[in-house]
Amino acid sequence: MSPSPRLWRMRCAEVIAGGGLLAVAAGIVAGLIAGPAAAVAAVAVVLLGSLAALSFARNRFRSWAYTERDEDLIVERGVMIRRLSVVPYGRMQFVDVSAGPIDRMFRLATVKLHTAAAASDARIPGLEREEAARLRDRLAALGEAKAAGL
Amino acid sequence: MTAGLDHDGGWRRLHPLSPVVRSYRGFLAVLTLAALSSSGAIGSGAGPRWYDVVLPAAVAVAAIVNWYVTRWKLDGVTLRIETGLLRRDSRQLPVARIQAVDLVRPFLARMLGLAELRVRLAGSGDADGRLAYLTEQGAVALRARLLAAHHGLDPATPEPAEQVVTSVPAGRLIGSALISTAAIAAVVVAAGAVIAVVSPAGLIAAAGSLVWWLIIVATVVWRHVSSQWGFTVATSPDGVRIRRGLLGTVAETIPVQRVQAVRMVEPLLWRPLHWCRLEVDVAGHLGRDQAEGTHAVRKALLPVGSPQEARRLLRIALPDTPPAVTAPPRRARWKAPLSYHFLAAGHDGTLAVAVTGRVNRETTWVPLAKAQSMRLVQGPLQRMLGLATVHLDAAGRRVRAEFRERRQEEARALVTELAALSRTARKKAEYVTPPVPVRPVIPAGAAAPGDGDQAASVAPPVNASQREA
Repeated sequence: MSPSPRLWRMRCAEVIAGGGLLAVAAGIVAGLIAGPAAAVAAVAVVLLGSLAALSFARNRFRSWAYTERDEDLIVERGVMIRRLSVVPYGRMQFVDVSAGPIDRMFRLATVKLHTAAAASDARIPGLEREEAARLRDRLAALGEAKAAGL
Repeated sequence: MTAGLDHDGGWRRLHPLSPVVRSYRGFLAVLTLAALSSSGAIGSGAGPRWYDVVLPAAVAVAAIVNWYVTRWKLDGVTLRIETGLLRRDSRQLPVARIQAVDLVRPFLARMLGLAELRVRLAGSGDADGRLAYLTEQGAVALRARLLAAHHGLDPATPEPAEQVVTSVPAGRLIGSALISTAAIAAVVVAAGAVIAVVSPAGLIAAAGSLVWWLIIVATVVWRHVSSQWGFTVATSPDGVRIRRGLLGTVAETIPVQRVQAVRMVEPLLWRPLHWCRLEVDVAGHLGRDQAEGTHAVRKALLPVGSPQEARRLLRIALPDTPPAVTAPPRRARWKAPLSYHFLAAGHDGTLAVAVTGRVNRETTWVPLAKAQSMRLVQGPLQRMLGLATVHLDAAGRRVRAEFRERRQEEARALVTELAALSRTARKKAEYVTPPVPVRPVIPAGAAAPGDGDQAASVAPPVNASQREA
């Protein structure tokens, strides 16, 4: 399974808002320092950068995937550096569900699994709230059923 | 003489001299500051001030109050520690969850015949599970009770006999510390030489700082040598027991089934002498920095020794035979030119082993039953070469076996295989050692404390179950 399409919309909104603000700021600064031609160039550069960021965000969004297997959860992510984590349910210490202000605007949440190893990163961002709650409950139940001592 | 009995439900106090031992460092620091400021070495030097008196007094009072409000008791399967004057803090340490027990004796405590007992649980931080200080006999007896209860035995079982496996001679310890610092010294001397060539005037300034460097190096060597002095490893049915220390001594007990990973480090400069260092990782850490370096999760099982000794200790910590290792394909040279010569990894049904390192060769063994998660990581360069790295994480911050630069298809298969193998290993481990039976009421033991025969008759079954675990 993969995160909600709303995560992609959220990333778009983030990039557009950030890029827009940066473009305005760059345009004003360049315009004041080096005249209107420079302002146009600066805005164009920032907008191109935003487009690149958008395509990167697109790939990144597409790379997220998770699979609930009988005994473990598999999370895949990454564009440049591909990562795949396998976390056995029995090794789960606790599950975090978090949602920042922007996440909440898009009714999304991030589910994160913690094990006793600091390195094992099983984080799934951009889950719809209901899906996040379902996953959390399922993981908690499975973790309890299959819990193994350290 | 012994810790005062409160006579309310078996609660006990720490030893009355503990405030002295606990606060003497702070006390000395405050006194030194006061002396310095009143003698005019620092500050305005206007003679003694009111706070020169109040601060030491406050330190002393705080220590005494802390002693007064702290009490502990062991009731069957939990060790309870209560402390705090305004905010009562009550800790319950389930004996079944013990990861390691340390007996720490700083210099002054040793003079006074006191010892601190530290109980380590997974993920416990800071001052959890510290009892500072008890009488030496009291601490040893409590440790025996805790460990007996941990193995599901009658707490009154006396401490079983231990067998010394190996010890580190003083000469080798000092030699290893000196060789390790030789590298730093060489860098410093080289830097001095460069400065001397560039400008002779700068050499004088550099020489001044060289003295400081020497002091720092000497301190590091001293700390290492004094904390690892007389390093002795012994096995007992309670687990592996490590004793070390010159002025302050530490006796650590690690139940064998709590070992998360074992690491062997062979530093470049030690290689001509065929020396290596063996470390074990145990879950749980202590944040406090008292008494010479027990604050690491990683514990030295052998600070310096021969490969034979290391192998013998490895067999104690991980009774399974280590699997054979294979090297990654030659094209991995492009990705890891500096470490390719060491890279190797392998696994069987119970153990994973990985060799990494650029200058120092590091071999890590992780029992599959302890694996927390499996990860596959593939960077852009690795993708071009068709390689990938598989990590097998164990509990802790950087505890893992890294199968570096394996073939892409092999790595893919490896992740699934490791996941399946660790699942079976985990289930088997649980089947062999069922969770320690929690008995709220310990039957009045037939074993009399101090009965040597009892130890001998109780020891083998525990030992056997540990070997299987």
